[in-house]
Amino acid sequence: MLLGGVILLISFAYLGILFAIAYYGDKRADAGRSIIANPTIYALSMAVYATSWTFYGSVGRAAANGVGFLPIYLGPTLMAALFWLVLRKMIRISKVHRITSIADFVAARYGKSSLLGGLVTVIAVVGIVPYIALQLKAVSTSFLILLQYPAVVMPAKGQAVGVLSDTALYVALLLGAFTLLFGTRHLDATERHEGMVAAIAFESVVKLCAFLAVGLFVTFGLYNGFADLFERAAQLPRAEQLLRLGDTAASYGSWASLVFLSMLSILFLPRQFQISVVENVNEHHLSKAIWLFPTYLLAINIFVLPITFAGLMQFPPGQVDADTFVLTLPMAHGQEALALLVFIGGLSAATGMVIVESIALSTMICNDLVMPVLLRWKALRLSRQRDLSGLLLGIRRGAIVLLMMLGYVYYRAAGEAYALVSIGLVSFAAVAQFAPAMLGGMYWKQGTHAGAMTGLSLGFLLWLYTLLLPSFARSDWLPISFVQQGPFDITLLRPTALFGLTGLDDITHALFWSMLANVGGYVAVSLIGRQSIRDHAQALLFVDVFKVAGRGSSLWRGSASVQEVITLVGRFIGPERAEADFAEYATRHGRESAHELAPDADLVHFAQNLLAGAIGAASARVMLASVVQEEPLSMDEVLNILDEASQVIAYSHQLEQKSRELQAATAELRAANARLQELDRMKDDFISTVTHELRTPLTSIRAFSEILNDDPRLELDKRRQFIAIIVKESERLTRMINQVLDLAKLESGQAEWHSGEVDLKDVIEDAVSTTSQLMQEHHVQCTLDLPPQVPRVRADRDRLLQVMLNLISNAVKFCDRDRGRIGIVLRVRSDVLQVDVQDNGVGIAAADQETIFEKFRQVGDTLTGKPQGTGLGLPISRQIIGHFGGRLWVASAPGAGATFSFTLPLGGIPGET
Amino acid sequence: MNPQTILIADDEPNIVISLEYMLQREGYRVLIACDGQEALDTALQQRPDLLLLDVMLPRLSGYDVCQKLRENPDLPGVRIVMLTAKGREAEASKGLALGADVYVTKPFSTRELLATIRAQLGATPAA
Repeated sequence: MLLGGVILLISFAYLGILFAIAYYGDKRADAGRSIIANPTIYALSMAVYATSWTFYGSVGRAAANGVGFLPIYLGPTLMAALFWLVLRKMIRISKVHRITSIADFVAARYGKSSLLGGLVTVIAVVGIVPYIALQLKAVSTSFLILLQYPAVVMPAKGQAVGVLSDTALYVALLLGAFTLLFGTRHLDATERHEGMVAAIAFESVVKLCAFLAVGLFVTFGLYNGFADLFERAAQLPRAEQLLRLGDTAASYGSWASLVFLSMLSILFLPRQFQISVVENVNEHHLSKAIWLFPTYLLAINIFVLPITFAGLMQFPPGQVDADTFVLTLPMAHGQEALALLVFIGGLSAATGMVIVESIALSTMICNDLVMPVLLRWKALRLSRQRDLSGLLLGIRRGAIVLLMMLGYVYYRAAGEAYALVSIGLVSFAAVAQFAPAMLGGMYWKQGTHAGAMTGLSLGFLLWLYTLLLPSFARSDWLPISFVQQGPFDITLLRPTALFGLTGLDDITHALFWSMLANVGGYVAVSLIGRQSIRDHAQALLFVDVFKVAGRGSSLWRGSASVQEVITLVGRFIGPERAEADFAEYATRHGRESAHELAPDADLVHFAQNLLAGAIGAASARVMLASVVQEEPLSMDEVLNILDEASQVIAYSHQLEQKSRELQAATAELRAANARLQELDRMKDDFISTVTHELRTPLTSIRAFSEILNDDPRLELDKRRQFIAIIVKESERLTRMINQVLDLAKLESGQAEWHSGEVDLKDVIEDAVSTTSQLMQEHHVQCTLDLPPQVPRVRADRDRLLQVMLNLISNAVKFCDRDRGRIGIVLRVRSDVLQVDVQDNGVGIAAADQETIFEKFRQVGDTLTGKPQGTGLGLPISRQIIGHFGGRLWVASAPGAGATFSFTLPLGGIPGET
Repeated sequence: MNPQTILIADDEPNIVISLEYMLQREGYRVLIACDGQEALDTALQQRPDLLLLDVMLPRLSGYDVCQKLRENPDLPGVRIVMLTAKGREAEASKGLALGADVYVTKPFSTRELLATIRAQLGATPAA
C-alpha cells in the first residue's frame, strides 16, 4: 500500500529537484557560465516532444492500432533530417529579429501585424488547451491508479467526482504554480529560460529511464527477452493485425497523414518552437540534435510493442485501460519502486510539456493578445507608466493560471471523449495550420499579410468544424446528430465527411480540408493581393536572412529622442537593464555613452528588438511608434528612398550640365562683350576716320582762303588756281558729308527707298551719258554691250544710277592713263540681270579685293599718289545692291584691269512689298 | 647766308601747294615728298632744316619717318613739325614721344603755322 502522502512527498521531492536544477541553471546563466551551452542538453530538451502522451499513450495507441503509433515518431525523425535547412533558418530569423514565439514570428514576418499575432495566439491556445488537458488527465489518472496499489483498479470517470475532490484540479494547480516558479521569476529581453531548459533536459532523461526500466522489466523480467515475448504474443487473436501497417488505401493514407502531421508538429508546436528556436543558444547545436533527437525517440519507442503485448496478455480484455499498461504492469507484479519510478517518469513527461507549453503560450498571450490591446487602450495611459515589467510578469502569470484552468475545464468537459492519442492529434492538426504561413514566410517572398490571415483563418475554421466540434459532439456538448447527419440535416456539410468526402479517418479528413483551404487561401490571396511596404521589407529580411546577416530593416524614417527611446525600453525590461543594453550598444558603435547616440534607424531597430524580446514584435512597433514620430512610408516613398542614390547622381549630372551651360553662357557673354567692344572701337575708328577725312579738304580750303585773304595783291593766275582748289575741296567736303550720312542711313535701315519697275538698260545708258564728260577729260573710251530688251526689275532707279555712276567713275579713275578703256556689259541670266563694268587699269591685288568694299579703304595708286574719292562709294554701292537682293563683287588680276559686277534678281525684291 | 630749307611731306596735293606757296613767299627753300619713304630719302640727302611731316603717309607713316630720322646721328639738328588730321591727344603724345618738336592739327591757321616754323628755326643754334 502506497499512501497518497508518500506519493505526494516523492512527487514534491522530484519537483524540488527539478526546481533546484532550474535555479542552478539560472544562477550559472547569470554568472555567464551557461550549463545548457551544450548540444546534448539542447537535443535532450527537444525531447519535451515526448509527453505523457508518449509515455502512456503510445502503448494505448499500439494496443488499438498496432504499429500505428509509429508515425508520430517517424515524422519528427524525418523532419530532423531537414533541421539544418529549416530549423536553422527559423533560429537565425528569430535571433536576428528577437522573435520569442510562433505568434511573434508570423506577426513579424507579415508586416509586424498585431492582428495576425493575435490570430496565431488564439489558434495556439484553442489548439493546445486539449493537449494540456491530456497531461492533466494522465497525471491524475496515474496518481489515482497508483493510489490503489497493489490493486489495479481503473479510476472512476471524471464526471463522477466533484470538482473539489477531483485530483486533476489539484494537478492543474500544482503544475500551474510550478510553471509560475519556473518560467516567470524574472523577465528576460530574449525570453530565454536557461534553468528551465536544464530541468527539461533532466526530465527527458528521467522519463526515458523510467520507460526503459519498465520495458526491460517486462521484456526480461516477465518474459525471456523479445523473442519469447513476441512468440507468445503471436498467440493473441489480434497480434497479426497489430503488426501490419494496414490493408486498405485509407490506412496507408492515415499513416501518411500522421507522418506529415507530426513532421509539422515538431516545428510548430509552441513548446517545440520555444525549446528548439527561442531557447537555442547556438545554431551549431543543431548538428548534434539532428541525430541525437531521433535516437531518443527510437529509444523511447523500442519497448512500446513489448509492453503493449505484455499488457494484452497479462490483463483480461477490457478490464485495464491500455493507456495505463506502463504503470499497471509493474503494479500487478508488486514492483512498488518501479511503479513509483514510472509515475515520476509520467510526471516528468507531463510537467515538462505543461511548463514549456504554458510558458510559450503565456508569452504569446501577453505579447500578441493582451499587450496590443492594452497599449492601444488610450485610457490606460500605459505608455506613460514608468516600469511595466511588473505588469508584464503579472499578465504572464495570469495567462499560465488561465491556461491551466482552461485545460482543466476541457478535461472535465471533453476529456473522456477520446483516448489520449486522439486528443494529441487534435492539437497537432491545430498547430499544423501555422505551417503554410510560417514556411511560406521563410521561403516565399510574395506571401502577404492578407494571404496569411486568409489561410490561417480558413484553416482554423475548418479545423474547428471538422475536428473540434465533432469532439464536442462526442462529449455530448453538441447533439451527436450534428456529426452523423450534418448541421440542419445537410449531409454534404457533415463535419467528418465534408462535401461527401468519406473513407478517411477524422484526422486525415480534417487535415485534408484545413490544409487545402489554408494553403489555397494563403497562396491565392497572396498572389492576387498587393504586398504592403512593411510586409515586403520583412519578407526580404526573413527569406534572405542568411544574406542580409543581422541587418535590420532600414526602411524607417522618423524622429526620436534617444532618451525617450531608452526610457520606453526601460519601462518594459527595467531601467537599469535598458541603460546597460544601450550603453553596450553605444560602445559597439564607438560612442562614450548612450546619450551620444544618434536617434537613427539603427538605434530604433535595436530598441525595437529589445522591446520585441519583452513584448513581441507587433507590440514593440506600436510602443516605439508612440515615442518615435514615425512617418508612414508609402510605396512611392520607398521607391524614392531606393532611388535616392540615382537621384543624387542625376542631380550632380544636372549640376554639371548647369555649370557647363553657365560656362557656355559666360563664353557667349564674353564673346558678345568682345563684339561690343570691337563695335565700339570700330565706331571710334569710324568717327576718327570720318573726322580725318573731313579735316583734309577743310585744311586746303582754310589754307587757301587765308592766303587769298592775307594777300589781296596776289596774281590773277594764282588767285584763280587757288579759288578753283577751294571750290573743288568744298565739293569734296560736301560729297563726303552726304555719303557719310547716306551710309549711316543705309546701315541703320533708315534709308528711304522709292521702288518701282526699273529698266536697267535705261539706267546704264543714263549713267554713261552723265559721265561722258568725265570720260572725255580722262581720254577714256567706253564700249557698251547691251541687249535690245531686258526684263524690268523692281528697284529704286536713283539708287541704281548711284551705283552705276560710282562704278563708272571708279573705272575711269583707275583706267590706263593713256589708253583708257571701259567696257559695260548687261546680260540676262536665268533669274538675274548681271552688269559688268570692266577697266584696263592696274588691277587690284587679291588681298585688297575685299578690303576695297570696307569704309574709307582706298587702295592708292602708287604712281599717282592718293586717289581722289571719299572711300565710301563701294561700301554704299554694296549696301544698295544687297538691299535689292543682289550681289556686288570684283574680279581682277594685277596688271590686267578689274571687273566690277553686280546682279539683280528678276523675281522681285526680298523684304520689299 | 643760304636760305633755310624746309621739306614738306604730305600726300594731299592741294595741301602741298598751299604750304609750298606760303613758305616760298616767306623766303624758305622748299622740298616736297609725297610719301614717307620719299620724305626719309630726301631728308637724308638734302638735310633740310625743318620737316613738315604729315602722319598719314603712304608706304611709310609719319611716325616711322620721325623715328628713323631721330635714330640717325647724321641729322642731329633737324626740326620736325608734325601735321595731322588726327586730333587725338594720344596721337599727339605719340608724335612728341617719337621725337617731333611740335605737333600741329589740321586744319591749321597759316599764320600760326608760320610763326611756329619761325620759332623752331630761330631756336636752332646757328650752324
